[in-house]
Amino acid sequence: MSRVLMKGNEAFAEAAIRAGVKCYFGYPITPQNEIPEYMSHELPKAGGAFIQAESELAAINMAFGASASGGRVFISTSSPGLALMQEGIGFIASCEVPLVILNVSRGGPGVGGIQPGQADYLQVTRGGYNGDVRVPVFAPSSIQECANLIYECFDIADEYRNPVVILADGMLGQMMEPVELPEARGITPVEKINDERPWAITGTDNHPERNVVYSLRLDPQVLENHCFDMFEKYAKAEKELVRWTDQGLEDAEIVFVAFGTMSRLCVEAIELLEERGIKAGLIRPISLWPYPNAAFDKIGKNCKVVISTELSMGQMITDVKTAVQGRWPVSLINRTGGMVPSSIEIADRAEKALKEATK
Amino acid sequence: MKKKLFFAGAGGQGALAIGQMIAKAAMEEGLEVTWLPSYGPEMRGGTANCTVVVSDRAISCPLINEADVLVVMNLPSLTKFQSMVVPGGKIFINSSLVPVTSDRKDCDVFEIPCNDIAHDLGNERASNIVMLSAILKETGIVKEETVREQIEKMFSGRKAKFLPANLAALKTYLD
Repeated sequence: MSRVLMKGNEAFAEAAIRAGVKCYFGYPITPQNEIPEYMSHELPKAGGAFIQAESELAAINMAFGASASGGRVFISTSSPGLALMQEGIGFIASCEVPLVILNVSRGGPGVGGIQPGQADYLQVTRGGYNGDVRVPVFAPSSIQECANLIYECFDIADEYRNPVVILADGMLGQMMEPVELPEARGITPVEKINDERPWAITGTDNHPERNVVYSLRLDPQVLENHCFDMFEKYAKAEKELVRWTDQGLEDAEIVFVAFGTMSRLCVEAIELLEERGIKAGLIRPISLWPYPNAAFDKIGKNCKVVISTELSMGQMITDVKTAVQGRWPVSLINRTGGMVPSSIEIADRAEKALKEATK
Repeated sequence: MKKKLFFAGAGGQGALAIGQMIAKAAMEEGLEVTWLPSYGPEMRGGTANCTVVVSDRAISCPLINEADVLVVMNLPSLTKFQSMVVPGGKIFINSSLVPVTSDRKDCDVFEIPCNDIAHDLGNERASNIVMLSAILKETGIVKEETVREQIEKMFSGRKAKFLPANLAALKTYLD
């Protein structure tokens, strides 16, 4: 298959179209603007609908309606935009409606800046929505993985009838790499929607009973049962959706834990440390929820320190500590606000952390 | 083989474009490649830059600590970025707009009057392709044919009138 040179944002958009997206709703925000731009001219050609909403609040609620009526729906934004969408995501999860949400994150807090950031980790893995809700989150680290993951996330969202978030960052969105695109699946025709999604609101032409998509359950027993049902599928997700890659864990003295862009800097830092005679390894979580706790069981007995390496003040470190369960000291290497460390800075700080851990 | 290239200039001078053309050509020649641009308000007037890494193996990191090749289209870019070049590296300067040369005596410095040559060819906007010509000659990083095919695709249809000047610009140092 032939490779094309694409920006991460373009690869996300093209792979989403090939996954059979019927509707895209967006509101412009850097650094993901290539996505609505691409969708505006390419999605209609594929038979889908592009709408620029008047705000992120409108976009998420348009997505809610479109997905409840059975189409494959894709929505993208960046950090402060995702903050505005939180209420909608909670409603959509409660209503068990599928949706793929892409966050090409930037530096925060607040409106923040436009350079790459990972300080939305807690926002996407814990959410700002109310109630007992879980949302699977996946973080790619190459443009090929951007295309592969988003393509698959539509199936995951459909299977689990739940929103799925992809967490990228500005660097992945803007960077170009060769990518092999997945095959185009085509959009499900309206008359076939109820075959695939019997719950969807498509009118009563094809079936006598009406479908209702709702989140209000005033009877506490009914609501508790609903939560129990949702958590059955979340338990399944915790078994089936865990993804990670790792390298060099067996004999590593230092184990980096990093996702997305930061994991690529860590790979180079590992090479620099090797030149200094220090063995380092890497755990790269791809699923941020469910978190790949099992990866940490592969860490060998030479390990002196586990380092959460993040573009935030330290958010994933909470999950790293939970996975480590006190077996090794946990340290943090981070930059934030849109600043990205060099691989040399990471290697230097890791060497210092190793010295402190073995003092 | 792994080469790290850095391209910088004012927004609109085409520094990012020639970086992208080299990246695309390298991909078409079967190599691994990353192209990482600066993005943000600097694109509207200040300096714009991009990093290109070309390798025969998978590329871990798209960010670079040092460059084998630096290409500068204007003076602020030379001042800001010349220190990042490795000893023995290559520095390409658009001498039409940069009145000084590099302080780096340990590097190969090429002064290319991009705008003057492009002006004489009838289209000053092809100045970046003049620079590309010099880069291809001095580094051999990708083949002339691969780049020429791209230029032919890029300047087709309504843009076909720009093709002769750009092809002539590519030929500048490659005859």
